Amino acid sequence: MTNNDWTPDQPLVSIHDVHKSFGDLEVLKGVSLDIMKGEVICIIGPSGSGKSTLIRCVNALNTIDSGSIKVEGLEVHDPGLDKLELRKRVGMVFQQYNLFPHKTALENIMMAPLKVLKQPQAEAEERAHKLIKRVNLGGKENSYPGELSGGQQQRVAIARSLAMNPDVMLFDEVTAALDPETVNEVLLAIKDLAQDGMTCILVTHEMGFAREVADHIYFTDRGVIVEHGPPATFFTEATDPRTREFLSQIL
Amino acid sequence: MKSGRKATASCYGDTDLAVLKPFRYSPAGSVQDLLFSRWLADFSPRSLLIVGLLFCLWPGFAMAQSNYSFTQALDALWRWLPFIVTKGFALNLLVSFFTMLIGTIAGVLLGLGQISPLKPLARASWFITQLFRNSPWLVLLFIVMLALPFEIQIGDTIYPIPDWLKAVFGLSLPIMANISEIVRGAIMSVPTGQWEAAESLAYTRHQTLWLVILPQCFKRMIPPWMNWYAILTMATPLISLLGVEDIVNLSRQAMEAEDNHPELLVPFFGFTLIIFFAYCYPIARYTIRLEKRFVVNQ
Repeated sequence: MTNNDWTPDQPLVSIHDVHKSFGDLEVLKGVSLDIMKGEVICIIGPSGSGKSTLIRCVNALNTIDSGSIKVEGLEVHDPGLDKLELRKRVGMVFQQYNLFPHKTALENIMMAPLKVLKQPQAEAEERAHKLIKRVNLGGKENSYPGELSGGQQQRVAIARSLAMNPDVMLFDEVTAALDPETVNEVLLAIKDLAQDGMTCILVTHEMGFAREVADHIYFTDRGVIVEHGPPATFFTEATDPRTREFLSQIL
Repeated sequence: MKSGRKATASCYGDTDLAVLKPFRYSPAGSVQDLLFSRWLADFSPRSLLIVGLLFCLWPGFAMAQSNYSFTQALDALWRWLPFIVTKGFALNLLVSFFTMLIGTIAGVLLGLGQISPLKPLARASWFITQLFRNSPWLVLLFIVMLALPFEIQIGDTIYPIPDWLKAVFGLSLPIMANISEIVRGAIMSVPTGQWEAAESLAYTRHQTLWLVILPQCFKRMIPPWMNWYAILTMATPLISLLGVEDIVNLSRQAMEAEDNHPELLVPFFGFTLIIFFAYCYPIARYTIRLEKRFVVNQ
């Protein structure tokens, strides 16, 4: 663990020359990017370009074959990595919400702080109440995930992740499984977070949203970052033909 | 060659030839329908009544010519009934309870062993599970009966091991193996997203399993678990072959005491059938009710 030498002027998440294969299929072919504290980045690109794999590597749900990933100085690629320590700092929200169906919304949010961070019951409960209001779900505390809409479930999932007080949040196509009319409520919750200074890495297909909230946009295709830039210039001045083709299809 | 071509030509000409219709897949139903308790519970209460009535009347006609009347046989049954039930059937139930208890505890441990990240443990658990799942129950019973000592000495005291307890151990083995598969299957049926969500919240593997995965499995495990209980209860008369004084053994002894009239067979064993049915049928019905309730809840 080389945790101590990290200072806030260094990138919070530093990904360097990451390679990853599933069998014969190489999904990441040398990806590098840095994220500073408080930055919001969006990763866009066609399906199968390795976006999701990349962010799943950041909290060690996937292991990498070569290269390095550092989160606040924690070396994620190190086989001796303390995964629990890493995951306390990195929150993740999934496309399929993955709420625990046997627990109420409030319990979903409280459980990890209670069991993992060993917070006292009263403190965890109070914070869970605050978080559920923050994602605009006051009154749904005692609902089970099965009783909530997709958008509501996803907002509970965001609150659940926030309850761990992470330093960086990963969003893996969190609106892709939602009905169009509920997409906005989730995006609003994320935007609120981003404006609060949370460091966010988003994999998304919502270009309008990316343009609005992202500080930096990365375009990946076939396992490499083809092009990146701030949204103001990225959408209008993309030079690579692959980027332009993708943008023309989606915008 | 020539005639072949002719035949082909006529094929195109006629329309009343047999045509191979496209294969239509008609699914037999869900796997759940194959469960023993489901089959049992599918009897409607009314049909049972009719079958029962016919069953009672039939020996009356069949045995009419004999000098030992059906009524006499029923009287004999009536005399022996309290003994058969309180000593015999009660033992069958006792054996089924203890077998289920031991089988469940051992089966849950074995099932958890099967999904252990420790490869040797997982492989050993898998092997034990497969071994006892695929062995005849009677053979297992014989092995355990003969391999276990009839008494054990701890310190100065000698504890006898009664035959029924040995039978419990013997029957526990296949139950254990089947429960192990139920546990493994239930755990595997939880979507991987649940594991990933828990992991990304910094749960340890142990916490993930006990706080997130197993509580979701519990509901899924109850119906097959009860199914195995019903199967086990039905199988307990096997222990009579090993000399344990269960309902079948005691019925036989009672018939011997009544001079072994062949007319006794149907009332005595018929009663055994009925009492097992009366015990297992409500369990089967209840299992189905539970299944339905869980479907609504999820």
